[in-house]
Amino acid sequence: MAVMNVNPTRMQLTKLKKQLTTAIRGHKMLKDKRDELMRQFLDLVRETRDLREKVEIELNNCNSHFVNASAVMSKEALDASLMSPKQQVNIETEVKNVMSVEIPQFNFGTRTSNSSDIFPYGFAFTSFELDDAVVSLNNVLPDLIKLAEYEKSCELMSTEIEKTRRRVNSLEHVMIPRYQDTIKYISMKLEENDRSSRTRLMKVKDMLLDKAHNYSGKQA
Amino acid sequence: MAKNIAVLGDSESIKGFSAIGLDIFPCDTYDDASRILRNLADSDEYSIIYVTEEFFNNIEKERSRYEGQITPAIIPIPGVKGNENTGTKRLSSFVEKAVGSDIIFNN
Repeated sequence: MAVMNVNPTRMQLTKLKKQLTTAIRGHKMLKDKRDELMRQFLDLVRETRDLREKVEIELNNCNSHFVNASAVMSKEALDASLMSPKQQVNIETEVKNVMSVEIPQFNFGTRTSNSSDIFPYGFAFTSFELDDAVVSLNNVLPDLIKLAEYEKSCELMSTEIEKTRRRVNSLEHVMIPRYQDTIKYISMKLEENDRSSRTRLMKVKDMLLDKAHNYSGKQA
Repeated sequence: MAKNIAVLGDSESIKGFSAIGLDIFPCDTYDDASRILRNLADSDEYSIIYVTEEFFNNIEKERSRYEGQITPAIIPIPGVKGNENTGTKRLSSFVEKAVGSDIIFNN
């Protein structure tokens, strides 16, 4: 039994009872928050897992195209053709609030809308493998950005779930039992005081009566 | 405010990303990588930083500083040397952290 270090007074008792109600209400709310976060988190993780598998396969594809391209072109020529990009990707970050966890949402735009701007080189002296590589990389970009958004959200949510879980557990197993024990301790102490003062009064009454009517003298 | 995307890793793996409009930062050593990562993250110009798996696993200390922030998102991607499953392992570590045990990836 863990009792807090408090004075057993009526005022303290009222205060503790109020705190216990608050703790119980807080516990219920945090528990709901944890459950809802967990549900959303698990859905998100499943989605992220599938997306990551897809993106990794596509990226591996791109990489093999690049390896092929570098096999047929000299390193200098390959580097030179990719050296001055025409395209630029911009990201707008919005913040979304999910159960008080702030997660990012990335919206992306490109500097030019022309889709052929992804080729920063002329086609005359480059391998077709390089074209394939760049095109496939461009196709995977939306998924790649989505993946970043999902993974960051997973990261932030997992931290929040851990925190909430700790709070719920500490309320459930430490704070609430401690309040309950202390309240019990104080009320028992008060009752005990009550009884002891009552017996004292009865004793005093007996003594007074004894003095007034001189019971003990008569018997003697 | 519009921000950009950065890609960090060995030059072989990342040079293609420059064509489609991402900023690339080739690096050779892990020390280089952590220094560049810190500069990129602190400059506040990039909302996503992709890092190739090999470097991602070796700059944990730098990465951990940005874990709680919304941006930049530091995300591992496979490089030319092949896939080491860093991303999946990372996801499963999130599940483990949140749930207490890995209930999604252990099948």
